[in-house]
Amino acid sequence: MNVVRGTWLVFHRQVHQIVRSPIWIFLSILDPLVYLFLFAPLLRRALDAPTTGAAYDTFVPGLLVLLALFGGMFAGFAMLVELRAGMVERARVTPMSTVALLLGRCLKDVVVLLFQAVIVTVVAMLFGMTVRLGELLLAYLLVGLIALFMSALSNGAALALKTEGILSPLINTLGHPLLMLSGILLPLALAPVWLQNVAQANPFSWTVDGMRALFEGNAGDPVVWQSFLIVGTLTVVSVFWASRQFARAIR
Amino acid sequence: MIEVSDLRKSYRVRLGRKTFDVDAVRGATFNVQKGEVLGLLGANGAGKTTTIRMLTTLIRPDGGSAVVADADLATEAAVVRQRIGYVSQGGCTQDNSTAREELILQARMFGISKAEARERATRALETFHLTDYADRRCKTYSGGQRRRVDIAMGLINEPKVLFLDEPTAGLDPAGRIDIQNEVKRLRAEGMTVLITTHYLEEADALCDRVAIVEQGRVVAEGTPDELKNEVAGDVVTLGLNGSTPAAEKIMTGAAYVTKLETTDDGLRLFVESGNRVLPTILHDLDDAGIVPDTIEVHRPSLDDVFLAKAGRSLTAA
Repeated sequence: MNVVRGTWLVFHRQVHQIVRSPIWIFLSILDPLVYLFLFAPLLRRALDAPTTGAAYDTFVPGLLVLLALFGGMFAGFAMLVELRAGMVERARVTPMSTVALLLGRCLKDVVVLLFQAVIVTVVAMLFGMTVRLGELLLAYLLVGLIALFMSALSNGAALALKTEGILSPLINTLGHPLLMLSGILLPLALAPVWLQNVAQANPFSWTVDGMRALFEGNAGDPVVWQSFLIVGTLTVVSVFWASRQFARAIR
Repeated sequence: MIEVSDLRKSYRVRLGRKTFDVDAVRGATFNVQKGEVLGLLGANGAGKTTTIRMLTTLIRPDGGSAVVADADLATEAAVVRQRIGYVSQGGCTQDNSTAREELILQARMFGISKAEARERATRALETFHLTDYADRRCKTYSGGQRRRVDIAMGLINEPKVLFLDEPTAGLDPAGRIDIQNEVKRLRAEGMTVLITTHYLEEADALCDRVAIVEQGRVVAEGTPDELKNEVAGDVVTLGLNGSTPAAEKIMTGAAYVTKLETTDDGLRLFVESGNRVLPTILHDLDDAGIVPDTIEVHRPSLDDVFLAKAGRSLTAA
């Protein structure tokens, strides 16, 4: 069984499972809208932006990164449920490739993220945000990679740790600094210099800059290709690592 | 069909600052012939599940070798996976999927085409009497029904060998009988099965041969009858209600007792001939003022075999 077919099979199953849960769909639509409607007005004041649309110009690229970051990061919990249900063992005693077992699941998270991203973009545009189509598609590709990277990482961590007891504090401990030091919720320009230097080590501060450049229509800004390089490398490494966790996982 | 030679696995366990190795399986050796049902019988923690996980390629052995369905476990794991069926302990169906979906998915994971997978699923649902609720979600099934789906999944790729890891554990009596009947059917059909259990009656009823596993080793192997004959003589079980220690003292010194074991409420004595020594036993106890509540003389059961071979009782554990 080749990797592509296997990935498609797993992906199909995963999507099938979530489409069955109306509450899940409702919540995944609600979550980004909450940020858009409750947080952006706050930011508009802080940024001193003239209109909501202008505030969205800055906030929406970051929000998409946030959704990809957290959406992918929580994937491990679903993995633990599947692990306990015997789903992983069952698949491992078939000729399925472990890369397919992982990628099928991660791609589900990517699709969910893109679904959310489209909703956010459309709503924000209704309020006056502007973005060019080419740059928007590149931006989707970038956040899609982030979701893939985080989902692979989270799935791998779940398989290695096997317990929510460690997975949830780990996600909190990693997630919060990554978010704070990314400039998504508050611009890093407000931070003292030493903190800005620390933020340089956060891949997500780079991608947020890259996303903002794309939304401003500056696809040629070096931070764009740098973002792709950073996230692309991290994705490859995390997929490789997490697949190896799959190859050893038992209940 | 399965040839296992000196298979070993140990785990590194950390307790506080110390780490030490726990030997889960220490040199398991046994064979399963084509068309045979072999039962691995042992207490929890004896190494049964670890053995099955090694043979199904889920964990890598530390040492030893095995040939499963004519493929070498170490060098041809992918071939082994293609040729075996595995039903894990605790099952593997998902709450929100239906039996039909699970079966189709399982078939597809073996690279079987969509049309063929559908056909196989329908056939499996009929064979396992699941057709009536095939399109209901698995969470609505009884334990026995759900385990039938598990076994049907294990067979969907038409394997040469089926591994069943404690298939009846956690089921109610009706569910257990249900699953036991399925295993009996597979046995009649000539399926090669390796099954683990800690239920003695189950091993006795379902298996052509039994391997008793204790502390990661096979300590005895044979048909249930052979094993029972190996334990020579009879077993005398005494219900003593409180006077067990005093009786134990007397019986430990008695020449006619070959082996002695305390049970929950008395003693179990292995003797050469039950009816001949029984008067002597009663006489010796009477001298010490002990009158047993119950007395039972019987041929060795598989539990007695287990006690004799593994050094402890499985039912008392």
